[in-house]
Amino acid sequence: MAITVTEAAARHIEKSLARRGKGIGIRLGVQTSGCSGMAYKLEFVDVTGEDDQVFECHGVRIVVDGKSLVYLDGTELDFVREGLNEGFKFNNPNAKSQCGCGESFSV
Amino acid sequence: MALLQIAEPQDAAAPHQHRWALGIDLGTTHSLVAVVRNGAPECLPDEDGHCLLPSVVRYEADGAVRIGHEAAAQRGAIASVKRLMGRGYADIPNRESIALDLLEGDGMVRLHTAQGVKTPVEVSARILGALAERARASLGDDFVGAVITVPAYFDDAQRQATKDAARLAGIHVLRLLNEPTAAALAYGLDRAAEGVFAIYDLGGGTFDLSILRLSRGLFEVIATHGDSALGGDDFDHRIYCWMLEQARIAPPCPADIARMMRAARAAKEALTQDERARIALTLDSGEAIDLTLTRDTFFAMTSLLLEKTLASVRAALRDANLAANDIDGVVLVGGATRMPHVRRAVAEFFGKEPLVDLNPDQVVALGAARQANILAGNRDAHEDWLLLDVIPLSLGVEMLGGLAEKIIPRNATLPVARAQEFTTARDGQTAMSIHVVQGEREMVADCRSLARFELRGIPPMVAGAARIRVTFQVDADGLLTVRAREESTGVEANISVQPSYGLTDTEIADMLRASLAHAADDRDARALAEARLEGEQLLAATASAMAADGDLLSADERAAIDQHCAALTDAIAHAQDTVAVYHATEALASATEAFAARRMNRSIRRALAGKNIDELELPK
Ligand SMILES: Nc1ncnc2c1ncn2[C@@H]1O[C@H](COP(=O)(O)OP(=O)(O)OP(=O)(O)O)[C@@H](O)[C@H]1O
Ligand SMILES: [Mg+2]
Repeated sequence: MAITVTEAAARHIEKSLARRGKGIGIRLGVQTSGCSGMAYKLEFVDVTGEDDQVFECHGVRIVVDGKSLVYLDGTELDFVREGLNEGFKFNNPNAKSQCGCGESFSV
Repeated sequence: MALLQIAEPQDAAAPHQHRWALGIDLGTTHSLVAVVRNGAPECLPDEDGHCLLPSVVRYEADGAVRIGHEAAAQRGAIASVKRLMGRGYADIPNRESIALDLLEGDGMVRLHTAQGVKTPVEVSARILGALAERARASLGDDFVGAVITVPAYFDDAQRQATKDAARLAGIHVLRLLNEPTAAALAYGLDRAAEGVFAIYDLGGGTFDLSILRLSRGLFEVIATHGDSALGGDDFDHRIYCWMLEQARIAPPCPADIARMMRAARAAKEALTQDERARIALTLDSGEAIDLTLTRDTFFAMTSLLLEKTLASVRAALRDANLAANDIDGVVLVGGATRMPHVRRAVAEFFGKEPLVDLNPDQVVALGAARQANILAGNRDAHEDWLLLDVIPLSLGVEMLGGLAEKIIPRNATLPVARAQEFTTARDGQTAMSIHVVQGEREMVADCRSLARFELRGIPPMVAGAARIRVTFQVDADGLLTVRAREESTGVEANISVQPSYGLTDTEIADMLRASLAHAADDRDARALAEARLEGEQLLAATASAMAADGDLLSADERAAIDQHCAALTDAIAHAQDTVAVYHATEALASATEAFAARRMNRSIRRALAGKNIDELELPK
């Protein structure tokens, strides 16, 4: 299993990196806190660490640290537009429940 | 779900803090606190691993206050304070059986303690405070507030007292929730079921039955019924009576009664697992009891108690207009529902096995935690349900003649606001007294008085011209606000109803029972009151007509009318049957017919006087 991104997400990540002017990809991770126990994190990556795993999908690089990978394996990152908002969404097969804000989940 | 944006490294926005919110079951004998963690509600245990906190408080002479297990073991501890919440001294049922030092006086009852006089609200605040402390120790975090459960039949005063106790304990009350409703939440939502459910709650001293409808995320309580003097303790008492009979001992002293009751309770609980229970104890009197109670004997001697609960179930079904087989699921709540024959009787009545997966002592707190979690804003995507409760007794106002006019009917779903228009009864009336009552009976005297207030400054108008709109609003906690407004002038009066003492559950049950038993009496009483009212109105109209146009009457005519007036006055004052009052009213009406016709002619002539025929608009 791995981490994947949709076409739409890849396109948007490319655009964001270009606008930022630097960075080698994006980092997906989880933090322990939030209403359902864990929360997603989404950051630009300038350097990778020892514990990091790197995936390539639709031409963009996705970095995940080992601890987060346990919870994120199989996750697909999507970019969607909902009404006036647009942003990234995690489709995580491991998540059993998710809080209303979408920022946190439990496994 | 919120959409994420890419953040700068190490700068990832901290996810919002989880807003902890507590679910508290403030029980008569036990209290619990639960919280939703990792998406599921769980009860928080104390350091020793106990979830149940005995609802017992002891004020020590040295200024210490002991709460829960450490207070329960001691003499002079305050127990079952829930029964005193929002009650006046005179209001408390079986006062003599309560081992507390109660003070007589106005307002809510007070207790004598080693630290001076305390109110039930203060004692409850101690219990709530201990639970909040437990939550703080366990969550290591501050919480936004709590949902606290109350019996379905708690009235306004009792609910208000519960809220006050929380405030005193420094707990923000997100919502008061009916106990059976909380239990249904714990179950119904876990299963995402649709349908109609019955919640059968047999605790230590009370029985409650609620019928709820779940559909497309909407959770509605459609009927509640109960008996506040029926619970596991009564099953203990049956065993105690059996022990007295079997052991043939002399009437026991209070200490021996307590000892025997404890043995009875232990035997009852043992019979939940075992076929037989041995009861062996030695009394202060030196007499020894050594008996063996079998399940069959125990079941047989408590079958009437079970039948009583089923009578409440039938009544609730009747209120909801449902049959037993319309119920899609039955939830058991309360420690006493562990008894196998209770489960069997419920299963047989409804023709299906009740839901028993959750711990019956904990369900109420678990459901409350779930509701608290949502009210605190930690809503899951699939949890966008709305919770509706019902009002246990109709609310209304007193009408002329002592009639109770219902504005919000019993079992209306909460929150609710209903308005009704009333008018003045007399010419030039500038004030109106509004008397708020609660109950099912037709006559105010048979209902319970909640509050009185006055609407002043109504412009003088002829009787019936003022338009007074009375709005009753009951919020989600079941607390009532009444507003009265004269529509043409905007004069307004409103009150939050905070009676100084409360209705007992038994009173509510009695009032409901009485309303059925007295339905026929009530109809007659209502008819009589209406007849009297009509008679009084005719007398008033006749008197003002005689004052204005008395010159139109001959002395004979006047004497005849006076005589009918006297007869009607007498009938109104003394007659107990409607027909007599009607006859007297009709007699006066026909005696004044000619007079009324003459007055009409005179007023028409007056209206026409001085007017030219051309000015009159005649129909073409
Ligand atoms: N295993 C058991 N078998 C039979 N009865 C039991 C068992 N465990 C507890 N009970 C009974 O359950 C009753 C207490 O139930 P619960 O704790 O639900 O009451 P409560 O909520 O404090 O009271 P109330 O609802 O009247 O305020 C007691 O009568 C107790 O003897
Ligand atoms: Mg209970």
